Amino acid sequence: MARSDVKLIGAWASPFVMRPRIALNLKSVPYEFLQETFGSKSELLLKSNPVHKKIPVLLHGDKPVCESNIIVEYIDDTWSSSGPSMLPSDPYDRAMARFWAAYIDEKWFVALKSFLKAGGEEEKKAVIAQLEEGNAFLEKAFIDCSKGKPFFNGDNIGYLDIALGCFLAWLRVTELAVSHKILDEAKTPSLSKWAENFCNDPAVKPVMPETAKLAEFAKKIFPKPQA
Amino acid sequence: MAEKEEDVKLLGFWASPFSRRVEMALKLKGVPYEYLEQDIVNKSPLLLQLNPVYKKVPVLVHKGKVLSESHVVLEYIDQIWKNNPILPQDPYEKAMALFWAKFVDEQVGPVAFRYVAKAEKGIEVAIKEAQELFMFLEKEVTGKDFFGGETIGFLDLVAGSMIPFCLARGWEGMGIDMIPEEKFPELNRWIKNLKEIEIVRECIPPREKQIEHMKKVVERIKPA
Repeated sequence: MARSDVKLIGAWASPFVMRPRIALNLKSVPYEFLQETFGSKSELLLKSNPVHKKIPVLLHGDKPVCESNIIVEYIDDTWSSSGPSMLPSDPYDRAMARFWAAYIDEKWFVALKSFLKAGGEEEKKAVIAQLEEGNAFLEKAFIDCSKGKPFFNGDNIGYLDIALGCFLAWLRVTELAVSHKILDEAKTPSLSKWAENFCNDPAVKPVMPETAKLAEFAKKIFPKPQA
Repeated sequence: MAEKEEDVKLLGFWASPFSRRVEMALKLKGVPYEYLEQDIVNKSPLLLQLNPVYKKVPVLVHKGKVLSESHVVLEYIDQIWKNNPILPQDPYEKAMALFWAKFVDEQVGPVAFRYVAKAEKGIEVAIKEAQELFMFLEKEVTGKDFFGGETIGFLDLVAGSMIPFCLARGWEGMGIDMIPEEKFPELNRWIKNLKEIEIVRECIPPREKQIEHMKKVVERIKPA
């Protein structure tokens, strides 16, 4: 299969872009990575994703697929015979994976992002409370979904592992910037162990940004909040 | 083996497009269910217990398993009851259905209702912005009876419960003609096709009651 058959428009620092990259790695699908320049959008991006004009966009032949979790599912469906399945086959377990992936984007990541922008102590306290509630939900979800195995998806990383794990580098950067441990082994022991296993996975390592490089980038794009 | 009604319970709200679309899916597949109407202002202990994360309807309970978030519930229903499939089999078609459904709920819904009701930039500007979004859907349904093709599918349930039988009742109360036929012939044709389907007609809120309800929602949203 020609390498140019699969292209991914993205950027190294984007956790959303990391999702399809991990999925393509899991399925051993070669692809061309088309890196967008920060601050501008290429003609190809605007043409391939006219609705949102955002990365990632997967181009399979001439067909564009947008929205990171939808792309991951598309990859799982299309290259189903290659590599383990990224979603459970049981309908309820599958529903739980989708439910928590949506929760992560709608609530958990929103709270994480606002931490970097949070100004005063009151605002910080509110965000910390939100994140702690979220982490508690996710700790329980991990125990329920993993059923004693190392990942949400069982023996191998899957859709939900990717949905959450893609944020781990940003999580570390945020912890450093605000001097607060967000993922605490004492409070969420299972999740913390999972995070370590996720980062060491061979499909993840090549595409997980280095914390130092990401921290530098974060300083550029997030202005220092007022004390 | 016949499904007992008690096997499936649905916690819903009569005016919610999110719970209505789940009802459409259950009816489409001929699944008997017990419907539990919820007070979404004074939430019941049952609702709070079954959906601690969002505290919202719809919540589906199937043989003791609890599910929420309408897109997740629709996909679950599709996998358990295989007749009259909702999601396409083809990976690309499925990805498109999921993409547009997300677009309807996350973009179209808020822009075509909340932003218009707030009309912070002036109502004409808000309507124009909303219509740009509808243009995408107009293109998607062109040349097809339904978004799902010849029969209704996932996107029809999502967009159908949201646009003609929720947002449109809001627009009526605000005196807005958001998707006029001359500008959106395909969407209007799609709405006519939807109205012909019995299970859709059975699962939509009563018109006058909903127009009144949406007027109250607008009052709450409008800036003071």
